[in-house]
Amino acid sequence: MTISIDRTRCAGHGLCAELLPELIRLDDWGYPIIQPGPVPEPLAAHARRAVAACPALALRLSQQTPRFDSGTSQRPSRR
Amino acid sequence: MNLFDGPDPRAGAESLADHERRLGPLPPARAGLIEAIERSGLLGRGGASFPVGAKWRSVAGRSGGPAVVLANGAEGEPLSRKDQLLMWARPHLVLDGARLAADAVGADRVLLYVGEEHRSAAGALARALAERPAAQRRGFAMVAAPARYVAGEESAAVHLVNDGVAVPTATPPRPYERGVEGRPTLVQNVESLAHAALVARGGGAGTVLLTVAGAVQRPGVVEVPAGTTVGEAVGRAGGASASPRAVLVGGYFGAWLEVGEAWRLPLDPAALRAAGGSLGCGVVSVLPASASPVEETARIMRTLAAESAAQCGPCFFGLRALADACGRLAARRPEPDDLLRLGRWSAEVRGRGACRHPDGAAGFLQSALRVFAYEFAAAGGAGRRAAA
Amino acid sequence: MNDTLLWYTTRGAGAVSLLLLSAVVALGVLSAVRFEAPGWPRFLTAAFHRNLSLTAVVFLALHVVTAVTDPFAHLGLTVALVPFTSWYRALWMGLGTIAMELIAAVAVTSLLRRWLGHAAWRAVHWLAYAAWPVALVHGIGAGTDGTADWMLAIDLFSAGAVVNAVVGRLLGPRPDRMADARARFRATVRREVTR
Repeated sequence: MTISIDRTRCAGHGLCAELLPELIRLDDWGYPIIQPGPVPEPLAAHARRAVAACPALALRLSQQTPRFDSGTSQRPSRR
Repeated sequence: MNLFDGPDPRAGAESLADHERRLGPLPPARAGLIEAIERSGLLGRGGASFPVGAKWRSVAGRSGGPAVVLANGAEGEPLSRKDQLLMWARPHLVLDGARLAADAVGADRVLLYVGEEHRSAAGALARALAERPAAQRRGFAMVAAPARYVAGEESAAVHLVNDGVAVPTATPPRPYERGVEGRPTLVQNVESLAHAALVARGGGAGTVLLTVAGAVQRPGVVEVPAGTTVGEAVGRAGGASASPRAVLVGGYFGAWLEVGEAWRLPLDPAALRAAGGSLGCGVVSVLPASASPVEETARIMRTLAAESAAQCGPCFFGLRALADACGRLAARRPEPDDLLRLGRWSAEVRGRGACRHPDGAAGFLQSALRVFAYEFAAAGGAGRRAAA
Repeated sequence: MNDTLLWYTTRGAGAVSLLLLSAVVALGVLSAVRFEAPGWPRFLTAAFHRNLSLTAVVFLALHVVTAVTDPFAHLGLTVALVPFTSWYRALWMGLGTIAMELIAAVAVTSLLRRWLGHAAWRAVHWLAYAAWPVALVHGIGAGTDGTADWMLAIDLFSAGAVVNAVVGRLLGPRPDRMADARARFRATVRREVTR
């Protein structure tokens, strides 16, 4: 299970970081920095709650690894 | 076989008849074209240097209706001139490549996406299109690309055609999966298509178009053999016009290189990546020693920040903050944490936009911090001295 | 069924659902302005808004069902579905029907938000601002307690909470600080779609 984010919908509400602080923190402007990789099993329920809570419907849980943006700042740039 | 063989490109386009007399007619569609492109090793010239054959193959292999080809001549990079010149001087090569691509991937529409500010180029392409026989221009249409940086991004181009707004969209799906009208869409730079047209006629993918700019005697577009070094490319533009300090390779989306490390570096994607840079859209811009690297970096960061589509918070706020901090450093009035922030913020914005705009800007800034470490440190120190 | 019980339930459930509805609207506004305070994270506002709205819908259903099935009032199902068809205070009852239907639309679209998409959900959700005052006025005009002191006190308190929140939203800074820049940029890259 991985969290993917539609960056064009995210408006920086920040509920995701409140509900899943283990994997999501906010940058200086209130936008989420999401740890890459699969969600650890013990956090699965919290991840589901965080995804459901997004007022902008910007988050999605997928069962396979996303091919593009996983919402992180650690991906190497594709240049 | 070079793109600019034949009459002087500055004289403008040949007629279709002259083009066919010089190069032969448009090769007919054949099964082995994609293999030929793959074997030639042709890499995309739009900035990502992605293998062209692989891209065609992935679009050809998809179901979802007939495909669409979008020839990308938006050229929103401010320093780049190669696509405009190519469309103006060799429009028939571009059209050949687009037709061949359409046949290879099974497309029934070809969209010629030309930057609206490149009026001569668009005119030449339109005139050349009118010369083509009906069978060859079936399904072709010209689309004007808005004159903004991100309008040239592939999902932005598709979005403009679908919904009339040239802003990047979140992916997946990528255009090659679902693009124009939900169909598999091949978005290919016009130079890549022109090279493909030569490969189809038995040529190789042996040359690259570069825009040489900055402190050089004769800034402009040059066509060089693959593997040409930075120094040789600058030589083709008449050499540096002043003692060079650094070279910006790849344009605003590229990276700075120290002149010492850059001069003998071959201008091919692999070698540049290994050196911490990228070929990008083929801009080679020389920074003279007399210029202020911090000011130049700040100026470019301000442009990149202003070109954010303001869809994604990290890009809109992050690039603005980075540009402001660079500006403060350039004006010798930094805040105490500005240097640290540049490092932290540029790492944080990467990968957190819908498109690669923040990544390009962050990569550009990080190269500046590396190559101009001394100047940035001095500018950062100015703040501490002033505060003391 | 004890007629008086039905009648008391209708009145009580109506008052409670109005109170809850007012709290829900106020919380919705607080959500929109991204209210938070020490010990009150943003998700709490959203969670309260959602839970109280579902509770309000339950009390509203109770209110409507008991009113419609009360043999003494003999209003009938049609009154609950078609506005202004009541033999009793047609205008005020009609407003109640309208308010209920608006609330039903808001509730259903909210439950199906993920499938409807953000834009459609949001468009319907604005109807909440219409539903609340209509419900308030329905309460004053239709109910037998409509003008009783305690009912008016509830009305005043509820109205106060909602007005306070809304004024706060109108006067406060835009919570989405990128919205203007986004609209301005889109305007520069908008072109006619030719097929």
